[in-house]
Amino acid sequence: MTATTVDAPTPDTAPRTASTATWKAVIGLGVVLALYALLLALVPHEGAARFRLATDSDFVVLPTLVVPAMTTAWVCGLVGLAVLVLAAVRTRAGHRVPVWAIAVFAAALLVGFLAWAAAGSPRDLPVVGLLSGALALSVPLIYGALGGVIGERSGVVNIAIEGQLLAGAFTAAIVGSLTDSPWAGLFAAVVASALVALVLGMFTITYKVNQVIVGVVLNVLVIGLTSFFYSEVLVPNAPTLNSTTRFPQLPIPFLEQIPIIGPVLFDQTIVGYLMIVMVFVVWFALFRTKWGLRVRAVGEHPKAADTVGIDVIRTRYRAVLIGGAIAGLGGAFYTVVSINQFGREMTAGAGFIALAAVIFGKWDPLRAALAGLLFGFATNLQNVLSVVGSPVPSQFMLMLPYVVTLLAVAGLVGRSRAPAASGTPYTKE
Amino acid sequence: MSGETPDRDTTPGRDTTPEAAAEGVVENPLDEALGSVDPEAEPGLAEELEQEVAREQAPDVPDTGDRWRDAFRRATSGSWVVALGAIVLAIVAGSVLIIVTNEAVLAAAPYFFSRPGDTFAAIGEAVGGAYSALFQGAVYNFGADSFAQGIRPLTQTLTNATPLIAAGLGVALAFRAGLFNIGGQGQMLVAAIAAGWIGFGVTGVPWPWHMLLCLVAGVAAGALWAGIAGLLKARTGAHEVIVTIMLNYIAFYLLSYFLATPGLMQAPGSANPKTPPMQDGAVLPPLLGEQYNLHWGFVLSLVAVAYVWWLLNRSSTGFAFRAVGENPKAARVAGIDVSRTTVLVMLVAGGLVGLAGTQQVLGTVTTGFSADIDAGIGFDAITVALLGGSSPIGVLGAGILFGGFKAGGSAMQAAEGVPIEIVLVVQSLIVLFIAAPPLVRAIFRLPQPDRRPRAPRRRAAATPATTEEGQA
Amino acid sequence: MRLELRGITKRFGALVANDHIDLVVNPGEIHSLLGENGAGKSTLMNVLYGLYSADEGQILLDDEVQRFAGPGDAMAAGIGMVHQHFMLVPVFTVAENVMLGHESTRAGGVLDLEEARAKVREISARFGFHVDPDALVEDLPVGVQQRVEIIKALSRDADVLVFDEPTAVLTPQETDELMGIMRQLRDEGAAIVFITHKLREVRAVADRITVIRHGKVVGEARPTASDAELASLMVGRAVELTVHKDAPQLRDNALEVTDLEVTGPDGQVLVDRISFTVRGGEVLVIAGVQGNGQTEVTEALLGLQENVSGSVRLDGTELVGRTVRQILQAGVGFVPEDRNEDGLVGEFTIAENLVLDRTDGPPFVRRGMLQLATRDEFARDRVAEFDVRTQGIETRVGRLSGGNQQKVVLARELSRELRLFVAAQPTRGVDVGSIEFIHKRIVATRDEGVPVVVVSTELDEAVALADRIMVMYRGRVVGIVPADTPRDTLGLMMAGIAPEDGPGAPAGNDGDEGDAA
Repeated sequence: MTATTVDAPTPDTAPRTASTATWKAVIGLGVVLALYALLLALVPHEGAARFRLATDSDFVVLPTLVVPAMTTAWVCGLVGLAVLVLAAVRTRAGHRVPVWAIAVFAAALLVGFLAWAAAGSPRDLPVVGLLSGALALSVPLIYGALGGVIGERSGVVNIAIEGQLLAGAFTAAIVGSLTDSPWAGLFAAVVASALVALVLGMFTITYKVNQVIVGVVLNVLVIGLTSFFYSEVLVPNAPTLNSTTRFPQLPIPFLEQIPIIGPVLFDQTIVGYLMIVMVFVVWFALFRTKWGLRVRAVGEHPKAADTVGIDVIRTRYRAVLIGGAIAGLGGAFYTVVSINQFGREMTAGAGFIALAAVIFGKWDPLRAALAGLLFGFATNLQNVLSVVGSPVPSQFMLMLPYVVTLLAVAGLVGRSRAPAASGTPYTKE
Repeated sequence: MSGETPDRDTTPGRDTTPEAAAEGVVENPLDEALGSVDPEAEPGLAEELEQEVAREQAPDVPDTGDRWRDAFRRATSGSWVVALGAIVLAIVAGSVLIIVTNEAVLAAAPYFFSRPGDTFAAIGEAVGGAYSALFQGAVYNFGADSFAQGIRPLTQTLTNATPLIAAGLGVALAFRAGLFNIGGQGQMLVAAIAAGWIGFGVTGVPWPWHMLLCLVAGVAAGALWAGIAGLLKARTGAHEVIVTIMLNYIAFYLLSYFLATPGLMQAPGSANPKTPPMQDGAVLPPLLGEQYNLHWGFVLSLVAVAYVWWLLNRSSTGFAFRAVGENPKAARVAGIDVSRTTVLVMLVAGGLVGLAGTQQVLGTVTTGFSADIDAGIGFDAITVALLGGSSPIGVLGAGILFGGFKAGGSAMQAAEGVPIEIVLVVQSLIVLFIAAPPLVRAIFRLPQPDRRPRAPRRRAAATPATTEEGQA
Repeated sequence: MRLELRGITKRFGALVANDHIDLVVNPGEIHSLLGENGAGKSTLMNVLYGLYSADEGQILLDDEVQRFAGPGDAMAAGIGMVHQHFMLVPVFTVAENVMLGHESTRAGGVLDLEEARAKVREISARFGFHVDPDALVEDLPVGVQQRVEIIKALSRDADVLVFDEPTAVLTPQETDELMGIMRQLRDEGAAIVFITHKLREVRAVADRITVIRHGKVVGEARPTASDAELASLMVGRAVELTVHKDAPQLRDNALEVTDLEVTGPDGQVLVDRISFTVRGGEVLVIAGVQGNGQTEVTEALLGLQENVSGSVRLDGTELVGRTVRQILQAGVGFVPEDRNEDGLVGEFTIAENLVLDRTDGPPFVRRGMLQLATRDEFARDRVAEFDVRTQGIETRVGRLSGGNQQKVVLARELSRELRLFVAAQPTRGVDVGSIEFIHKRIVATRDEGVPVVVVSTELDEAVALADRIMVMYRGRVVGIVPADTPRDTLGLMMAGIAPEDGPGAPAGNDGDEGDAA
């Protein structure tokens, strides 16, 4: 009966918007490029760099790539410079620097750096080994990060990823050894890690204890428990309790023979393949399913979820448990995939790296997985370079992922936005 | 903000930030009612409820007529009961660990039903032996020949407590200002680098000047390292939990590099990643004579306790710290520079943790150190601060308790073969239980009090987020 | 569907929030629940919606007794609620928000977003809304967000619709449109409960009116009843919201704001080059619907906003670019809009809060040390002077009622040497007794010759306090008018329409130097 229309925005009264483009990215790229150029200029490495692209099983054997190191390095630097100029132009025009530009920049400088580092070495730089090793090292990181993403999306910060990985590794070692079945070990790891998640949930969701505190303390608890039982039980009974059968490699016929990609991607254990699948499954589940919608709602605005009849507490518990279970898969990697026994504190901080990947990846499973890959790559780069005889001290290569995370968190990649209710318990009357 | 105000958690006076709700364990029905009234919508109701609460809170617990029960209620509604309960629970859990891994118990258990006495005897022996060893290793060794010998464990406890107290203060101070300092490890390591390098590398400076120089360098290094986290937080909003964790690793690899590189910190003529011993002039002298390990660092820790107490309770700087920790927005409106305060807090906190690192290299391990010089103290400090309720006096007590656990744990491992990691388990359980008073009360069937003891509120403690201005 | 509440009683401890309330709402009827803030309206609706459980009484739908364990049950039974604080997830799209909680899915729990979009479009078409199902809720204006709330309720086939103070965030025009929607819903057969404390709206739209006070039903009324009748029912006594004040004695000192512009973190212009002058001895009230830049103006005055250009001169001294502390030292007193967020530290004692912004030097701090004795004496004096009802100065401020908290803020700000006093929403969430007190103190400050700026969204308060009223809309000044300007004009101004001739375009403020008085 009455007029019920009008939301059309009236252009002349619409709030004005000022330009928000920031020079942060350009400055960051510029600093990195300057450091790179400085390195090349001050410590030139003459000679040829040898990249080995092939493995023994390739269908088509690519030749070893031999390039003049310094030339390659400087050319790569020029590519970087081009990207920098492009970024500056875009920023000046008020646009954001596109992600692909940063990716090209990073790739160019990386290749240049590798050429510089491998220059004059009699040994080939094994490109396949570098990549496949990176993937392997990132497996627990990515599983851990996926678990963390799910938890935080539901509003529970999970600092206890480290504890979950460790509990998973420990349990997988015992059960795997006892049953002589890596599958049983994998399953046990999932259960153990979910148990840690249950404790996390109990204290943070039910008792509303500060989530960071619980996470930190749970890590200590799990380190204490596993180390205690390791000394008391596993060491004296190592043959029966701490000697697992590992998952075999499962090369996929034909695909594994594709040069470079084949041996990197298609010669994994079941845990590795599962990880790749899991990344997409988690992404799909979070953003395309009813469960994911509810998890995100509970993490963003629990009261709104409550008023439409969603049980906030139960949804959070479920998400935390599922996250824990996934992290457990990463824990199992240590003792039924990577090596065949448990060692004291063998996760060595991987859980914290996974946590960094969660934030670096802006609480998105795909990005978090990429961040995990990056960290795995940086770690493996150090291994590979030490084989080639790199001029960079290994400690600095090991330090790299942390420095990168620090810079990323400090804003080079822009401010990220956590789920709004992350870290906040929900109090219902 | 209307779209996202968690108004059910909003009571007048408690702040309306989500973090406020973060510690909203509600136990009292009135409180609950209060928590569920939106003061915006129903200010009158909220007000009446407030007064209702105030009446009920009035000086005394209302008498129920049963004097003994009232006395019990009064006695058990204090937070120290929860602390005690938490310690008891943790120790019980520790006992279970000892029992299930004790060989004598396992040997007797299979015939438990025919001769249960054997099992119980074995349990008693295992647990009794372990805790007796723990006590004798931490406080007084009854088997010693003399009092001077017997008291030795206590001095070891205090030696262990020395860096725990200093680092615990650093974590606690940051807590009070709403910051999570997880970076104790890194701050200790850079402090060790600075103090240690000067300690063995600089020659010709006499005691005490050399020692003082090292102290200043170590404290400053810790302060600067933590200051990075403070600066990043203040400038870019980078969450300090992540930043300090990353700084831990960076410090570790930095020290590893120095230790592995001849000409830097590696001891000459050695291939081990270890420094040369400290010069005599740089060492913190023993406090009670040469026969004990306890050094003057302990006195420094006591001074630090007093300083932090004064800082928090009597100084305008500490007032600003607490204001920022409790409600940064109100602090900003009151003219307090929150960014500057954040940096300053981290500097002071890092300095305190740096003191712990310095105590390690100048007092506890003076024969040259390696990359594990932090000995996990950076993380233990977090549990110490939590157990101590983030108050300086509490940290002192918690630090001594955990120092005792450490000393006793070593003795227990040596005497009874119980791995020292059990101490980690007990410590972490204590903190977990203390953080959840309702759980402890429920386990011991203690009455739930009218008010929970309030933990210091933490600013955006667990939210690595840049909060968006709400609209609407 | 017919809704009946029978003898609903809800107690919080000794306090009875709802005392045997009976209410019947028939299909095709708008039933207005009228009452002051704090009368227990929202409690009643939360009981109806399953958020609280009643201590006594029954809820009946079509004469069947209902048991609601939570909002889910209430919704399933056909009750929909448009919440005062929208229950929308800001980072979700409209469609996602609408489907949340009753998602239709394809195989394997995969969301069927298409169906949700179709539903949004269908309902939008029915009511003539223009709502894009794929827009992010956080990007939508408030009025549109409310429509999303309505769509959300309707998408569940609600037969009983509860509107909880729906007009609080709307402009008068948007309010009129909402009324239209409510009538349309009624005509389609819905039973509508309309909760409000605004008489004009009740009389415009309600078919029946139930008035509650102190948790009890105190009477029923027809929409034909006069404002005075309704008001006296609602308040229980004749209220007169006038503040006694003499004609302003203008002085030479002044706050001069020229071309002030405030930009938000995302680049949106929140305050758009506004200019005004406030002389010593007068009160300028900034009026307008909430969220049109008033808050940002006050924050800019205090140096709390990051991106500010233009000039703010207080007695000739430039304030833009100074730190908050410097501005406070320049003699600016500030009562923030949200005292819990910005004005007080809830965990601190009254004494500590009273010196919160005075820790930079004597008398409360000397050589970096807090002067506790001085502070406590000061605190006791202020508590007495400002009539803060408390057990003592060591009481945590968080335990005080809203009115007493506001008195603490006022006591702190007014006990300094002031050269400018800025108060944003000084009486929000404050009991009637305290409101009077606060108004008196504000007028007293003005009479001391201090320029006073007050932000108020309540037209009544604006008219009562102001010597001049400045109305803001979308960051711009619509106009600066005398306090005795007719309400209709003010209402139009709040919707962005400049009084009479104006320069044509709404909200043009060039040359509006604020000398309208």
